[in-house]
Amino acid sequence: MENVLVKKDKQLSSGNGVEKPLQKRLEVLKTYKLYIGGKFPRTESGRYYLAENKKGEKLANMCLGSRKDFREAVVAARNAFGDWGSRSAFNRGQILYRIAEMLEGRKAQFIDEIIKQDNTLEEAKLEVDVAIDRLIYYAGWCDKFQQIYSAVNPVASSHFNFSSPEPTGVVSLIAPQNSSLIGMVSVIAPIIAGGNTCIVLPSFSKPLCAVTFAEVLNSSDLPGGVVNIITGKVKELLPYFSDHMDVNAIAYCEKNEEDKKLIQDKASLNMKRTQFYNTKNWLSDQGQSPYFIMDFQEIKTTWHPIENIGGTKGGY
Amino acid sequence: MPQKMITIPDFSLSPRIDKTGIEERADRITKRSIKKETKVNGLKLVLNMIDLTTLEGKDTEGKVKQMCYKAAHLMDTYPELPTVAAVCVYPSMVAIAKKMVEGTGINVASVATAFPSGQSALKVKLADTRYAVSEGADEVDMVISRGKFLEGEYNFVFDEIAQVKEACGNARLKVILETGELITFDKVRRASDIAMYAGADFIKTSTGKIAPAATLPVTLVMLEAIRDFYYKTGKMIGMKPAGGISKSKLALHYLVMVNEILGEEWMNNHWFRFGASSLANDVLMQLMKEKTGVYQGKDYFAID
Repeated sequence: MENVLVKKDKQLSSGNGVEKPLQKRLEVLKTYKLYIGGKFPRTESGRYYLAENKKGEKLANMCLGSRKDFREAVVAARNAFGDWGSRSAFNRGQILYRIAEMLEGRKAQFIDEIIKQDNTLEEAKLEVDVAIDRLIYYAGWCDKFQQIYSAVNPVASSHFNFSSPEPTGVVSLIAPQNSSLIGMVSVIAPIIAGGNTCIVLPSFSKPLCAVTFAEVLNSSDLPGGVVNIITGKVKELLPYFSDHMDVNAIAYCEKNEEDKKLIQDKASLNMKRTQFYNTKNWLSDQGQSPYFIMDFQEIKTTWHPIENIGGTKGGY
Repeated sequence: MPQKMITIPDFSLSPRIDKTGIEERADRITKRSIKKETKVNGLKLVLNMIDLTTLEGKDTEGKVKQMCYKAAHLMDTYPELPTVAAVCVYPSMVAIAKKMVEGTGINVASVATAFPSGQSALKVKLADTRYAVSEGADEVDMVISRGKFLEGEYNFVFDEIAQVKEACGNARLKVILETGELITFDKVRRASDIAMYAGADFIKTSTGKIAPAATLPVTLVMLEAIRDFYYKTGKMIGMKPAGGISKSKLALHYLVMVNEILGEEWMNNHWFRFGASSLANDVLMQLMKEKTGVYQGKDYFAID
């Protein structure tokens, strides 16, 4: 087969011995879209922005997401919460592990995108490796953090009294803006490991991996709507991420004090659980901890009467 | 307009419906954009047109009381909201509902005639209707015999409606066609014609127990039947789409359609109703969004 091809090429080559292709093939480039409810829609606003790297190379036309995209994403996240939040912790762990597997399989693509977005090959390789390991880390924690953070409480009545963590609900997340992949993965993983669903605003200047990561999520048995990704401007979308009454918690991973003030102000409308992460280096071990899971858990305490449990006689 | 002499037409000659045309037209209506004050006014009108409904085997006195309270107090923190038009319950709950909505101007509608299947003897259906009315129902929602209709027994269906109408006395009669079981638009049109000539005050799409329930295209077919009937006889008939309308946006599309096909005279709860249970909360959420500028969550609205 190879011989035939070679022969053919020779016939097509020009007389001077230099082989030229007859015409340059047009590359089929990916359209970078949003990820809402397990689907990849374009932004309803019809707005786009050009993602460029520091060398001025044009990387992609990204969707400039709008408040209505966010609204749709909240609806999707709320619908998905019932199922995801009530799945067994073990099953959530399996799915997080599956995400890691899918990411491993597409390593090359992520490395390529990270390099395009101003990183060296070594940096890119490290970032993808850490992201995969981080998913495995939280996959493991899925069915273990509950035991560690639960308690049996001493009470002065005949009750069995215990406290255990439960997911908060829908979380909106402003991902670290200076990293393409690892920042976003480090915050998404603990949120969904704990049974929450989320709407993510990834890096504005380095948005490529976010959309590719959505493709990974979409092929990982993760139900649609558990993670929704909207590319766009922090300044524009932050008010809606903060004040939507159907969002139960918000995570902000930047340092702008004005933004923080705005979030605190608006999140108080419905008492959102508010988390500010100032972790500089998500690549280090500081970027992972079961406490990140606990940041989006609520503690439920149950009083269970035990005076005559199961109809048995008194024990004295 | 003076009432003309009504002659009963041959229902097998009811107009045939152009399915593609109806669907296209219904689809175009969804492309209208209604914003700001118009939207707020539209939403308030929607609230005022709702028949707040609970029709479940597990309905209890408590559930009906709660719903009736909600009907009269949609949202006390939002001043000057209208109430819904009516509450819609089973005959056994009419007395309770009647007592609860006393003095609020809200009507009590009761389903009757062996709802939802309608598979019973005529005398049972009439007794069912009389019972609902004697308990205090202001409106009766009856079902037609779909099986007989599909067999082509149009006279049977016609007579049944006419007798139930008589049993209603002063109560207004809504006739449920259960369009999901009639299969084609031609049959929906024919059933609409039969119901209107037999004395219906309202025609209604569905029981809410069969999918598909109300859709924009099927409502369009029925609205056109009402319009044609009005031109022929000078008599206004009401319309009530029911089942599956749970979002404000969709409800506004319905209003646009009514306004276009029938005109402003029909744009009030005497002539148009929504049969719905969860629509009210969605409308309230949209109204609060317009008022506060903040997207709302259902955790902060009363359970309906």
